[in-house]
This record gives sequence, C-alpha cells and structure tokens, in this order.
Amino acid sequence: MTLEMRKEIFADERDDNLNVVGKGVQRQDMPGHVTARTRFFDDHAFDGLLHLKVVRSPHHHARIRSIDVSAAERAPGVKRVLRGADVPVNKNTLLSLINFGKDDEPSLAVDKVRYKGEPVVAILADSEAQALAARKLVRIDYDLLPTVFDVEEALKPGAPVVNETYPGNYFEYHQRFDHQKLRFGDVEAAFARADHVIEHRYQMSPIEHAPTETNGTIAAPDQNGRYLVHSCAQGLFFSLDTTAKIVDVPSNRLHFVGGTVGGGFGGKVDSLTEPLSVLGAMLTGRPVRYVLDREEEMLYGSPRGAERIYVKDGLMRDGRITARYIRSYFDAGAYTRLSSYAAIKCTAHVPGPYSIPNVASDIYVAYTNRCPSTAMRGFGVTAVDFALECQMDRLAEVIDMDPVEFRILNAYRDGDMKAHRRLAKNTALIECAQVAAEKANWPISEQARRASSVTGGGGERAQIPATPVDQRGQIGRPDTRNSPATQTLPAGTTRIPLSKRPVFEGARDGRPAPVQVPRYEAPRQDASRQEPPRYDPALAPPPAPPAYQPVSAPPAPPPPAAPAQPQHGAVRFSSVFGTRRR
Amino acid sequence: MAKLPVQFRLNGSDRAGFVDPAGNLLDLLRRGLGDFGPKYGCGQGTCGVCTVLVDGEPQLACLTLAVSCEGKQIETTSGMADGPNLHPLQQAFMDSFAAQCGFCTPGMLTAARALLAKNPNPTRDEVVEAISGNICRCTGYEPIIAAILAAAAGGAGMRRA
Repeated sequence: MTLEMRKEIFADERDDNLNVVGKGVQRQDMPGHVTARTRFFDDHAFDGLLHLKVVRSPHHHARIRSIDVSAAERAPGVKRVLRGADVPVNKNTLLSLINFGKDDEPSLAVDKVRYKGEPVVAILADSEAQALAARKLVRIDYDLLPTVFDVEEALKPGAPVVNETYPGNYFEYHQRFDHQKLRFGDVEAAFARADHVIEHRYQMSPIEHAPTETNGTIAAPDQNGRYLVHSCAQGLFFSLDTTAKIVDVPSNRLHFVGGTVGGGFGGKVDSLTEPLSVLGAMLTGRPVRYVLDREEEMLYGSPRGAERIYVKDGLMRDGRITARYIRSYFDAGAYTRLSSYAAIKCTAHVPGPYSIPNVASDIYVAYTNRCPSTAMRGFGVTAVDFALECQMDRLAEVIDMDPVEFRILNAYRDGDMKAHRRLAKNTALIECAQVAAEKANWPISEQARRASSVTGGGGERAQIPATPVDQRGQIGRPDTRNSPATQTLPAGTTRIPLSKRPVFEGARDGRPAPVQVPRYEAPRQDASRQEPPRYDPALAPPPAPPAYQPVSAPPAPPPPAAPAQPQHGAVRFSSVFGTRRR
Repeated sequence: MAKLPVQFRLNGSDRAGFVDPAGNLLDLLRRGLGDFGPKYGCGQGTCGVCTVLVDGEPQLACLTLAVSCEGKQIETTSGMADGPNLHPLQQAFMDSFAAQCGFCTPGMLTAARALLAKNPNPTRDEVVEAISGNICRCTGYEPIIAAILAAAAGGAGMRRA
C-alpha cells in the first residue's frame, strides 16, 4: 500500500483533535540556547589539554621529496608530531563504510599532495601558540607537479593524474563505469524532429558552508581504554565509524558526544578533525583539541562541489519539450568524499519535474587539484535545478510563452512515466505554479488555471519508449568513449543490460559484496522481441569530443505488445546502493 | 613569556586569572574561567559570536586583550538570567523561535541587551543596526529582530541590562 500524500486526500479526515499541527511547540533545545548552557563540542574543559595544528600543503599538486620535523619536535611545548606513517589506516573514503568507492584519501599526505591545504604533518603542543610556532619549523621539500583545475580538462587524454586511485581522473562507478548514465527514449531522433534545439552551458561555483562554528573535535582518554570524543559531526555515528576505521580500534572504544552542531549545512560530515584528534589522544594519553581556524574553514573545509552542466532541449512551437539531454561534470576536487553520491543524485533529478518523452544524461565526477568537495544542502540536485529552471525560462522566451504556463504545460502529472522508469505519483507542480502565480498576481490563462496534476497524465504518457543504447561512458578515456548505438531496448524495457558483471577490487575485504552492489544480468530473450537494428556507420557523425555526439540510429522497432514487467537488476538511481527503492 | 595577573568582575562575581600579555579575553573566559557563553567563530572580529559586555559596552572578546579588562565589569549570556528567571530578551528569543543552531544566540542576546540598555524603544532599523555585527549563518535574522522588538515592547529595557 503506497502512501498518498496529497492534501485533498485527507480533506475529509481532518478533525479538531490535532494537538501539534498548526500550533507552536517549543523546541527542547531552546532553553539551552538562550541561556548559553548548550554545550557545543568546544565548550568542554579538560586539564592538560593539548592543541593540534596541521601543516598544510602550500601547493596544488606536488611530490613530497622529504619531511623534516626534527626542529618542530624540539620546539617548546611540543608533545608529539604526527606523520602519515603514524596513522594506522592512512587511506580512506567516506562511503567505504557502505562499500561504495575505493579508499583514496590519506589523513596525512605521504607521497604526494593533491590540493593546496592538504594536511601533511600534525603538531600537538601544550598551547595553541606553541603548536602554531612549531608548525613553522617543519621543513617539507616538494617537487611541483602539473596541475589541472577544470573538470573537462581533467578528463582529456594526457591530463595530469590527480588521484592515482582513479587514474582516469573520474570516479569509477562499480569499478567499471566512468559516469552515471540515463537513457530514456531517443533524444537524437527527437532533436531532429524538434522545431527548436536549444543548448546552454551552466557553471556553478564551489560554495563554502561557512558555519559560524568551525569544524573541530576534542578527544580525551576515558576510563577502560575508551576515548571520549566531543565532535561537531553532523553524522555522529558515521564519523564514529570513520574514525574507528582510520585509527584502527573497535568502534565500542569510542564514545562520541555530539548533537549540538553550530551550523553544518553539509560541511560537517567529512570527519575532518575526529581521526587525528583521537589518534593524538591515543598516542599522548592526553586530551587533544583540533579546531580549524576561520581561514582553514574557508580555504580547506570542503565546499559544495562546482558543477558544469550542459542542457540541450528539443522544443516544439506549441510549448512541448520533446527531448532533453544533460551532460554534467561534478568537480570532486582531489578526493572523492561524497561527490560520487552527488552525481547519482544529480542523475536522479534529471529531467526535473517535467514530463519529457525522450531524456538522456551523462553525469561525470571529475578529479581536479582543488579542495575536495562534499555535501551541502541538496548537493547534486540544487545545481541541476538552477540550470534547468534557467533553461526553462530561456525556452519559454524562445517560443514567446508565459514562463509559468510553460511549466504548467510540461509538468509531470500523476501516472506519467519518469525517465527513471517509475510512474509519477503525488505530483503537484501544477498546483504549486498556480498558487505561486496567484500570490504574485501573475496573470495566467484560464486553461493554465484549470490544469490539474491528477488529470491528463498516464495513458500514452505512461509508456516506456524504445531506447537506443550506446557504449559511451563505459570505462575508457574520453577520446575513445564516443561510440554508436549498439542496440535498441524495446519499448517497455525497464532494465539496461550490461555485458559484464562488475569486479570488486575496491571491496574492503577483497571479496564481492553481493548485498550492497547491484548485479547485472543479461536481458531475458523474448521470442516476440525483434532483433535490434544494426548500427549504420554511414549515419554516424564525425567524433568531436567532448561535445555531445548525436547518434543517428535507425528508427526504433515498433514497440512490442509486452507490457513493462517489474524486473530486478535494473540500473537504479535512487540510492547509493541502487537497491533501496526497487 | 611571563604571565600577567588580571582581575575583574564576571557576571557579578570577582574572578582572576594569569594571562599571556597578548592573550585575548575570549580565551581567558572560555579556557581560563570556564565561561563557555561567548563562542569562537572567526578570531578576527567579523562574526560577533564572542560579543560580551565590558562596562556595559558590547565588545568582541576575541579582539579584546585580557589584560585591558583589569577592574572592569564583564557580562556574558551565562549570567543574563536572574537565577531561574529568564531575562525578557531570553524569553522573547524562546517565544519567537529566534535560534536555529544556537551558536550565534549568546552574541545576539548580548548585542540586543546593550541596545535595550541604551535605547529601550528601538525602531526596527535600530535593531538591525545593533545586530549588524553578529552573523547568523542559519539566516534566522527575522525572528531575531522580532524577538528583540517584542522584548522592547514588553519593557525589557527597563530592567538592569
């Protein structure tokens, strides 16, 4: 039984016994906030507190030739100097906790620095001033390496390799694929038939969360061999497990205390300070405080990743969008962190809340010599929304149509098939647009006012169209990536077949992890199914990477009568595992 | 470096400490005296979360030399309530939901307290000006302004600030 959320469904059920809805209820943490009794991570006193400061790379990309900490170790107040070799598991990726991606980021750089600000050495001293003074005494010799800062440059052949774990400078999905891919219908055929084809490029900037409280941790030895950790983490147990992995202790030896976050917005999920604080406390037997100063927070606290998005739309004079192709590059910076997940979310958000019969997208995560990016408020989704809604206004302008009515015309309605091969339910964009227009005194036509999300959807709009499949995007350098259509999935197909099963080299225990990683099966051969059309090289356009290459496949075969059948093994976009919302 | 003694009244009590000559008031209050009301946000006087009253004037504790507070009256949010009874500004902040993460709240309350002590009936513009040095990154400024105006309307300025 699915949960129907639309308001009018409950219209008859409303009674006056609601004891919370519509009333103000005091937050339980408010008295603490107004009396300053709320304890944030740094609001704890410890005797013998040590202060940890890190030496950061001044270079965007360099090989470390030598590190000399001897003078720093002798400096007044210094109790310990940490280097990469002191970190028990000095390579991690955040989503390794769910077997997603390969460990690619050290806590302290060893052989190479990959972005300006990367931590190389940590100093623990009796006072902050002493730690800062000793930081200046660390001598590190670097050999500068060529850098790459642009996502599309990074994917070109011959680009400097940023992160050796991913030598192609792209995140490898399931150890095999260089991007997230969506195919629904035949965008190229639709572009050819469209009255207008409009393409624009949208570029987002990285955005720093700038929480008023900077990232930080205090870790202190507790009784029974445990460590008490006052953490700023937004995901406390996520941080606990990440720390347990890096310092190589069972998680039950870590007692994380948190829940009061002085502003996070996504910037406090990376465990930037917890592992080194705990390691410092373990090695010195003293409480250790590691807090980023404002400069570190601004320059080296991970930002929202910049995205470059190309949107290409096929538009009819009557206002219908008939095709949408999106190519997007997510700037991960030097390490993965959560960018791999952002691209999945981005794909899941294509083509926006609109019913478009032909949709395709290729979303890349590219590594550059920039600060690693991470979560921030709808990351992966907000940028594509920005691009799509700017694009919607531009499309409306081209055909001289009111932008609100243009959205109402193209909005999802209940029963429409989404590009991800799920039926749209509980849609309400039309009603939102109507209310927004009314509140803004924005005149819309009688027809637009009468439109409804519950009527006009489904039927033909519920069909999954025939879909040409190409090989573009499978692992390989971008110059070899443009390939013609290899086959056409008949209408109604919910599964994109893959020729090989994924390999599991990145799994932590070296063995396949069948629960987490979706398996792909060859499509069941249906006797009624026609042979897929052969690719005709004469129709192929000349390759011109990295621009999108139209694929002129012959028309798709007529849709077979077989209805869409629910099948396992489809490529899914709804979660990291792709298994949650089957 | 030799430390220097400093003595002042903090929220009505005599307190003393030894500080580095270059040490700031924020470190003395937080690390030296255990008053965690003022927060560290930027350390460079731009965010306002360390705002305290020094002889009734709002000051940024991160930019105030601790030794310069000798003999002064320091007031922080920790000492704002009268025993179990909240200051009207504190009550107004609660009633108006004028906090999200709560990190800027002590500084906001202190800035508002300084305003109402001098100007019991401020205009909205005067409230905005008074908290212009305090950053709320959750961007909850509207409820904060409403709370300060509500406290003023309720006579918060008549009390000892």
